[in-house]
Amino acid sequence: MAVRTVLQQADITRALTRVAHEILEANRGSAGLVLLGIPTRGVELAERLGALLTEFAGMPGWSCPVGSLDVTMYRDDLGRNPVRSPAPTRLPSEGVDGRTVVLVDDVLYSGRTIRAALDALADHGRPAAVRLAVLVDRGHRELPIRPDFVGKNLPSAASERVNVLLTGTDGSDAVTIGDGAE
Amino acid sequence: MKHLLSTRDLDRATALQILDVAEDMAATQQREVKKLPTLRGKTVVNLFFEDSTRTRISFEAAAKRLSADVINFAAKGSSVSKGESLQDTAQTLEAIGADGIVLRHPASGAPAVLAGSGWIAASVVNAGDGTHEHPTQALLDTFTLRRRIHGDGSRGRDLDGVRVLIVGDILHSRVARSNVWLLSTLGAQVSLVGPPTLVPFGIGDWPVTVGHDLDAALADTAFDAVMMLRVQTERMADAFFPSSREYSSNWGLTAARFMVLPEHAVVMHPGPMNRGFEIASGAADSPRSTVREQVANGVATRMAALYLTLTGGAQ
Repeated sequence: MAVRTVLQQADITRALTRVAHEILEANRGSAGLVLLGIPTRGVELAERLGALLTEFAGMPGWSCPVGSLDVTMYRDDLGRNPVRSPAPTRLPSEGVDGRTVVLVDDVLYSGRTIRAALDALADHGRPAAVRLAVLVDRGHRELPIRPDFVGKNLPSAASERVNVLLTGTDGSDAVTIGDGAE
Repeated sequence: MKHLLSTRDLDRATALQILDVAEDMAATQQREVKKLPTLRGKTVVNLFFEDSTRTRISFEAAAKRLSADVINFAAKGSSVSKGESLQDTAQTLEAIGADGIVLRHPASGAPAVLAGSGWIAASVVNAGDGTHEHPTQALLDTFTLRRRIHGDGSRGRDLDGVRVLIVGDILHSRVARSNVWLLSTLGAQVSLVGPPTLVPFGIGDWPVTVGHDLDAALADTAFDAVMMLRVQTERMADAFFPSSREYSSNWGLTAARFMVLPEHAVVMHPGPMNRGFEIASGAADSPRSTVREQVANGVATRMAALYLTLTGGAQ
C-alpha cells in the first residue's frame, strides 16, 4: 500500500506552536484554561500543547492544567465494533466546573468521538466553554461538529487511512496518509 | 468475550483485561454522576434459581450503572416451579428481548449448557452454578487483592508470587474453585486448608498445596492474604465435622490466629460472614479486612464483565 508522509516532525511542532498561540489569543490569555486529551494520542498532544501554553503565557507560577478524558464508555458504536478497552480518565485537580476546556485529539473525522467526549465531559462537571483542538482535520463529518483550532486541514477520501505517529507513543513524529489497500 | 462461564478457561490476557476494565469502572464509581450510557438499550435478566441477595443486587447495580434495563427473575414462585425447563425459560426471556442473562443455578454446568446449546443468542454470565464456579466473585477477590498490593499502579499487573491461603469448606465452595484457577493463572501460589471431610476428591490435580492444619500452615508460610470461606449452615447438620465449636477452634480465623498473620496480610471473606464461627469479629472489622471493599469492588468487576460480554459486535 502506498503511504505518503504529510507532516514531518518540524511541521507538527510548528502546527502545535501555532495552535497554542491561537488558543491563548481566542481565550484572551490563560485564564481558566484546561486541556483534556482524548486517549491515546490526544493525551500526548494535550501534554505538548500544555507545555507550549505554559511557556507562551509567560505567567510566573502558572502552568497549564492537562488531563485525559476517556470516551470509550460513551461511544455509539460499541455494539458494532470489536470490544474496546477503556483508558483511564485523569482530570486536573482544578476540575472542569466553570473552566474553558479545550478537548485535544489527533484526527477529526466523523465527529462521533467528540460527540462522545462532550457527553463524557458533562458527567464530570459544567465547563464555562468547551473548545476543540485537533492536529489533523480530514473532513467527512457525520455530526454538526467543527474544530476551533486545527493543525492541518487534510482533504482525504473516506477509503484512505490517516495515521498520526507521536514520539511518546510511537517513537517518532509524523502524519501519514495511505490509500487504505492492504 | 461472548460469555463469562468460568475462570478455569480464562487465559492470563483476558483475565487482566477484565481486571483492568474493572479499574476504569471503579474510577467512574468515585464520580458524582456514577451512571454511564454504555449499555443503553440493552436488557439484562438476572435469572436466579437459587436465593441470593448480595450477588443479585451487585449485578443489578452494575447493570443499572451502565444504563442497561434490568429484569429480575427469581425462580421461586415462577413458571419454573410449575415445571418449565431451563430451555423454555431462557427462550421466553430472549423473546422478551434479553441481551444478557446472568444465571445462578444449583446445577453445576447450567450456564455452560445455556451458552452452548444454541437455544438463545444472548450472552450468559455465570453468577454461581452448583459447586462448580462463581467467576465474578473470584474476579472481584483478585481485583481487591491486586489493589491492596499494587495500589493505583494495579493496571496490567498480575499476582506473581503472592501467597494466598483459602480456608474452610473447599468441597462445596464454587468461590474457592474459581479463585484457585484465577489466582493460579495470574501467578499466585494458592494453599488450601480445611477439614479432611470438606476437601474434594481429586484435588491432587489442582495447582495448589493442601493441608488440614491451619496453625501449621500459618506457622509455615507468611501469607499475603487469607481468604475465609463461609461455612454454609445447612452443612453443619451433615456430619462433615463434629460440632461448630470444634470447627471454629480448628479452622476459624480466631483473634489469636489473626495476630499470627504477617503485618501486611489481608483478610478476605466472600460474605455473608458467620461472625465468631469461621471468622472472629476482631479480624472481620480490622483495617486489614477487605470484606466491604470486596462488596464495592464487586459492582465495578461486574460492570466490567457485563461491558465485555455485551459490547463488541463484529469480532
